Amino acid sequence: MRLADSVAAPPPRGIGQVLATGAGRLLVSIFVPVVAFIVLWAGFLFLKDSGAPKIVIVLVAIVWGIGGVALLYVVANWLTEKLPPAWQRRILPFVFVGPAIAILTFYLLVPAFLTAWESLFNATGSKFVGLDNYVYSFSNPEMVTAIRNNVLWLVFGTLFSTGLGLAIAVLVERSRLDRLAKTLIFLPMAISFVGASVIWRFVLSFQPAGQPQVGLLNAILSGFGIGPVSWLTGEPLNTILLIVILIWGQTGFAMVIIGAALKGVPDEMLEAGRIDGASEWQVFRRLIVPTIWPTIVTVATTIAILTLKIYDIVTAMTGGNFNTQVIATLMWKQAFTFFDAGRGAALAIILLVAVTPVIWYNLRQFRGRAI
Amino acid sequence: MRRIAWSRVAINGAVFALIVVWTVPTLGLFITSFRDKQDIFNSGWWTAFTGGGGTFTLDNYNTVLFGGDGLGTAFLNTLAVTIPAVVIPILIAAFAAYGFAWMEFPGRRILFITVVGLLVVPLQIALIPVLKAYLAIHLNGTFLAVWLAHAGFGLALATYLLYNYISQLPKDLIESASLDGASHFTIFVRLILPLSVPALASFAIFQFLWVWNDLLVATTFLGTDQDVAVMTSRLVSMTGSRGQDWQLLTAGAFVSMIVPVMVFLALQRFFVRGLLAGSVKG
Repeated sequence: MRLADSVAAPPPRGIGQVLATGAGRLLVSIFVPVVAFIVLWAGFLFLKDSGAPKIVIVLVAIVWGIGGVALLYVVANWLTEKLPPAWQRRILPFVFVGPAIAILTFYLLVPAFLTAWESLFNATGSKFVGLDNYVYSFSNPEMVTAIRNNVLWLVFGTLFSTGLGLAIAVLVERSRLDRLAKTLIFLPMAISFVGASVIWRFVLSFQPAGQPQVGLLNAILSGFGIGPVSWLTGEPLNTILLIVILIWGQTGFAMVIIGAALKGVPDEMLEAGRIDGASEWQVFRRLIVPTIWPTIVTVATTIAILTLKIYDIVTAMTGGNFNTQVIATLMWKQAFTFFDAGRGAALAIILLVAVTPVIWYNLRQFRGRAI
Repeated sequence: MRRIAWSRVAINGAVFALIVVWTVPTLGLFITSFRDKQDIFNSGWWTAFTGGGGTFTLDNYNTVLFGGDGLGTAFLNTLAVTIPAVVIPILIAAFAAYGFAWMEFPGRRILFITVVGLLVVPLQIALIPVLKAYLAIHLNGTFLAVWLAHAGFGLALATYLLYNYISQLPKDLIESASLDGASHFTIFVRLILPLSVPALASFAIFQFLWVWNDLLVATTFLGTDQDVAVMTSRLVSMTGSRGQDWQLLTAGAFVSMIVPVMVFLALQRFFVRGLLAGSVKG
């Protein structure tokens, strides 16, 4: 656009004449970004200290935040177009990718190194302690429990969410209730883990014997004459029940993804198998599962990553008490409750090391599927 | 013949049982949210059907939405956090994806590999360093702080996915626009963004659910003060410090769910497409 403009533009007149001079251009080039900056700064101060009604602040925040980012791109592009063409070509790509690179550097790349570095220091960061924080992480009983719990989450959460998802996907396909079932089982995906935890409080609630049980599970048990069980205080049953909440939330995800893959299994292949005398189970086990195996792996690794980083359910259900803590909740507690930056950082690094191979595998699966 | 009929009955029965198991917990919460405080503690929610379960009331919702320390503020805070935290990373990622796909510059390959490599970094890594930086520049507790944090944590995935889509757009289209004298910026705004709507929508829904339902990032960078706290973090503090106010907790939980569930049901198709394309946060 710029190039074409400068070739075809009519001779400038009046204010255009002033703007066309070098000094005028320079002035405008400074003036526009300065105005943009002042507008954004004023917005920031308003949002920070304003006593305006909440709804006004919220609306201003939304407009300011989105508009601000768009404005920055427009101004940066406008400035670049003022440059000679050779420089434009050199600078413009960085106007496009620069902000993303800068944000990723500030929020992920540098923090990863800083956290790794910090994990080698004591609580206040004043003394180098070598690998002490890691030794502590693998020897302190509370930490060991957290790691054990994370293994439980990883194994049971992944296995049951994926397995149930597969089973339900196969089952639902043969049922008349398929649409209703799919929507209702998928729906918990939209609910936060915090919301899910509130929901499950009314399933797992416990009152001492003799009092009315308002929790569904204990009410059912008492119907059979079995005394109320305090579900969330005894380990490792409490962690297992927290995992049930995750399974309730994630099975729908597994079902939908695996269901989509099932649609891609060629009917002729299954028919050929049946004609050859294979039972339905053999068709499932020998033909369907191998065909959709890559999808199953993708789903399983995705859920595995989620279980390794699980935080919300534990925080909302037990606050990490009764030995239900996991690595992520302990990490938060060490860093922001005990202000032990070194131990918190070590736990974060342990999390990174645990997650990396799973994500790497997950990404490789995706590339294999050539999206 | 008879065997087939029987197996059909069995399958439909099993699916029906699954529906019941999956729905009853949510139904229980829904019914409880209309019950009186005393009733909630005195009898299970199912007694509302069998009689003797007391009466239904809208008081809980009234208190939660309009009461002094209810969730009305938290609801607005969640809105203020979520909308920019969805749009900003998508915008930034779309620019970057276009740059990586259709522009030549030194270091393109290595920068892109770095972006994809950052997919493995869990956001827990960033909490301490970013919080320190925020405290140093007095940014903590502002909406901007949370938007940028969500942008940072969602950007690697967003760039990766949008790159996959934008780099597959037909080359001729972009070249002919360029021959007509359109600048990269014009091509991006007029051509690429409209063409990428399906990919943008898929990621937007995903990021929306993620941010709306997030607890960790909001708690860390926005805090739990009633003035700024989002719904998830208010709900967690209600489960803790005010463990007796279950009637508010139930209504509050439902208020927090209603928006994502509606978005989800309305745009399920896009969401599934996004999931199939790999919109899965690492």
